[in-house]
Amino acid sequence: MQIFTCPFCGPRDESEFHFGGEAGNTRPDGADVPAERWARYLYMRANPKGATSEVWVHMTCGEFFIMERDSVGHKVAASHPLGGAEKSE
Amino acid sequence: MSAERLNTGGSAIDRARPLTFSFDGRKVEAFVGDTIAAALLANDVAVVGRSFKYHRPRGVWGSGVEEPNALVDIAGRGPNMRATTELARQGLVALSVNASPDAAHDRSAFLDRFARFIPAAFYYKTFMWPDWHRFEPRIRAMAGLGKVDPAWTAPEAADQINHHCDVLVVGAGPAGLTAARIAAHDGKSVLLVDERMVPGGSLRHRDGGIDGKPSAQWITESLSALTGAGHLFLPATTAFGIYDHNLVALNQRHQDGRPDTLWRVRPRRIILATGALERPLPFADNDLPGIMSADAALVYLRCYAVRVGRRIVIATNNDSAYEVAEALTDAGATVTLIDMRQHDLPSAPKGVTILPGRMIASAQGKSRVESVTLDDGTKLTVDSVLVSGGWTPTLHLFGQARGKLAWSEKRAVFLPGDPVEGIAVAGAANGAVSLSEVFADVARATSSPPPISTGREASGGVVPAWPIAGAKGRIWIDYQSDVTAKDVELAARENFVSVEHLKRYTTLGMATDQGKTSNLLGLALLAGVSGRSIAETGTTTYRPPFTPVPLTSFAGPRSGELMAPVRRLPLENLHRAQGAVFQEYGGWLRPAFYGGADAERAIQDEARRARQSVALFDGSTLGKIEVIGPQAAAFVDFIYYNTMSTLKPGRCRYGFMLSENGVVFDDGILVRLDEHRFIVSCSTSHVAAVHARLEEWRQDRFGRDAVYIHNATSEMATLTVSGPASKQLLATLDLGLSLDDADLPHMAIGEGRFAGDLLRVARVSFTGDRSYELSIRADRAETLWRSLRQAGKAFDAVTLGLEALMILRAEKGYIVIGKDTDGTTMPQDLGVDGPRAKRQTDYVGRRSLFTEVAQAPNRLQLVGLAVREDEPPLAPGAHGILQDGPKLRSQGFVTSSYLSPVLERPIALGLIERGAARQGETIDMQHLGQKRRATITAPCAFDPSGARFNA
Ligand SMILES: [Zn+2]
Repeated sequence: MQIFTCPFCGPRDESEFHFGGEAGNTRPDGADVPAERWARYLYMRANPKGATSEVWVHMTCGEFFIMERDSVGHKVAASHPLGGAEKSE
Repeated sequence: MSAERLNTGGSAIDRARPLTFSFDGRKVEAFVGDTIAAALLANDVAVVGRSFKYHRPRGVWGSGVEEPNALVDIAGRGPNMRATTELARQGLVALSVNASPDAAHDRSAFLDRFARFIPAAFYYKTFMWPDWHRFEPRIRAMAGLGKVDPAWTAPEAADQINHHCDVLVVGAGPAGLTAARIAAHDGKSVLLVDERMVPGGSLRHRDGGIDGKPSAQWITESLSALTGAGHLFLPATTAFGIYDHNLVALNQRHQDGRPDTLWRVRPRRIILATGALERPLPFADNDLPGIMSADAALVYLRCYAVRVGRRIVIATNNDSAYEVAEALTDAGATVTLIDMRQHDLPSAPKGVTILPGRMIASAQGKSRVESVTLDDGTKLTVDSVLVSGGWTPTLHLFGQARGKLAWSEKRAVFLPGDPVEGIAVAGAANGAVSLSEVFADVARATSSPPPISTGREASGGVVPAWPIAGAKGRIWIDYQSDVTAKDVELAARENFVSVEHLKRYTTLGMATDQGKTSNLLGLALLAGVSGRSIAETGTTTYRPPFTPVPLTSFAGPRSGELMAPVRRLPLENLHRAQGAVFQEYGGWLRPAFYGGADAERAIQDEARRARQSVALFDGSTLGKIEVIGPQAAAFVDFIYYNTMSTLKPGRCRYGFMLSENGVVFDDGILVRLDEHRFIVSCSTSHVAAVHARLEEWRQDRFGRDAVYIHNATSEMATLTVSGPASKQLLATLDLGLSLDDADLPHMAIGEGRFAGDLLRVARVSFTGDRSYELSIRADRAETLWRSLRQAGKAFDAVTLGLEALMILRAEKGYIVIGKDTDGTTMPQDLGVDGPRAKRQTDYVGRRSLFTEVAQAPNRLQLVGLAVREDEPPLAPGAHGILQDGPKLRSQGFVTSSYLSPVLERPIALGLIERGAARQGETIDMQHLGQKRRATITAPCAFDPSGARFNA
């Protein structure tokens, strides 16, 4: 069981969090987005081995945030609010 | 008679408190403090169980968790308990495993005579044709260990404790006690655990002195120093797993009949002082009862006053057996020590015959060892053989934490390799042998001055003693899963040369002991056969648990009703008093119908009467999520498939929410309270998910200043009044608002008051009849419900359960998402194509509605399905079938199907290929082999003009 750090609440048990996807998967707007681009947004993931940047949501406070962690050793490097400046180590 | 209890000694037992228990129906005498194994040895019970595969007789091997042989089923406690760790208790009933009628007279023992015909993988290779499953039940019945008692129930829920500390020390031997003391002295909070009942580890039976004191005194003083300072010591507690971020799981056993307790410990630092386990020596028939670990024999002698034999041969490759030889000689046994080393031997203890440079080649005996033959042909008559094949550091937890092991030539074992963050390994687990080494090792791991060893010191001389390929006879590697050296050789010959493959092919190390005594021997042999070094061969992956953990520990209180707790209505008690029969719907416990043993009749009656007069329904579970803020209108436009910003304040609109892949995710009514405030009402089972996705879009796209989202579902109760008489009924109550249709038309909301509380009245309908949804503070709903029921008497009002409501909505062709839709259904499949065709602004899922798949001509579309009046309803899930060339294929399926009391015929909804364009067509249906016909219709079967909304 891992300990994740919510930028708003601090370190909490992993069971309080849900995965929200890889960070940086920007949504292309509009009805005429090329099919390949839309498919990439919907389905294509990098699934990196090692350092990752991910969106998570802390279910107990409801806030989405970015968490940087290692997908191999599971060490959490940092977490910060979506688009926010302040980082929580 | 060979093993016996001596008249004096035994540090663990209380001779003043004798007890008796039963083993295989035989009465066994013991003392308080005895383990079951100690008591069996004291009573000279040689055969304590039968082996897994060949039903060989087996005796006690060890004195702790590593025990492969002495497993017992204990009534009321569980199967496959290790007799070496379970305490003897008055009246305890133990049965040997895999033996019938008992271990001493097992009727499957004949299997062993066919052993050479059933080598590793015999079953896999032999019972392939025609089908393994034909043979499996009988083979499984013959193999296996203990029996689960199906009648057993947990006396109470197991406790689960979360614990935080600075330092967790696993193992309370010399290294662990020292590490705990130093950590406590440094101001850290300490949790010290040991799997044994008492602390001390090897100090309890091995020679030694510390700081000028006897070991026993040092143990007591160390422990009281710790607990006196408020630190926690848990005996009989096994650290069985290290998980992510160094969460350590402990299983604590109790002696008072309580279920074991699970501890989840979050230490800042972990010190593994887990000691080492003695290995067997490889020789033919080294599994005969009476052959045991030399160290275990010393434990039984010094802690339990049991001398395991009179004519004893001790075979060793290392120094540790010398103390055993000396102690047993002093206790009156005749001891011959066979040391495979020729040179650099420790000095011979007095009275012990030493044969240097010799090994045991084979053991002989029927149901217990009677003699051994040495490699030079010498035959010695014995009643007990003690072996020490060296010490394997217990590094399971280190390995679980992904610690890599490094081979040590000097000690002939794997030791911890690169360090793991937050984890230190100390003492014998780290390869230390003498107390001086142990203390120096702990001091290195903790940076404080250690105790000083002032007694006799153990030395660590050792030479490898690995099984050699091609040796004669049956050399047992894994006692518990019956793996011999020949099995390992066979696996290697068949190219299973990876340790992980070897393990799975031969089952080496896969039994309940997880190969604690056998793994190193097996992989050393594999290394030899495959011409690699042991380091190159490597070890298998360490996984939790270290020892078996009862499922009750993991379950804790989460069983029965607490397994998946249901959500409950504020008015549950009122519904119960009214005879409601409850069922779970989407996580909520809701009335299915009211009263009557005949469910079908009650449901039909409710649905019929609802159309005739007026129905009362508790719709409190419906989601009520408020969206508030300057961007609220733009936000709901983006969230919904339908344009919502054009909705006027005080009005309601039905709409879909899509997922980004275009599939309909939820449907429901959006209420606009004012310019900047909406209420999203969503399906009961989707509330949490809808709330989460609203939050996600708010935070990720619109920003915190744009909208605010508040889930008010549980704050408000919603009571629905539906039916032709609904308006008249409400008119009898003082609700403080005009019910005139001009003021409160269909799809509008009004605000009133009931008994002083705000009441929101929405004219929305899930039944197709004139309906009023009344939302009020949940804690005031009871009075409102009582008033509605009281007023309803004059109108022959009926209370409606969810089952009848399902009939009413299906008559109208109203869908339930996830029931009448699946993971491919898009809004155009439900006949709502307008926004897709016309909307110019972006919304969730939009782009996906224009893919090739979304525009395919053969999509499944929502339809009604009619059958003849005198036929029963279609089965939900029945397929519409189509003869497609030579093949029969599905062209859709029934999603909802009921008998409609008002129409007096069956009705059904379904998803059928191109269904919208095929109305009037009759198709074949098939369910469980039975064929019927149904006619495709519009989804709405009742009041298609919607006249009843205002009737
Ligand atoms: Zn939080």
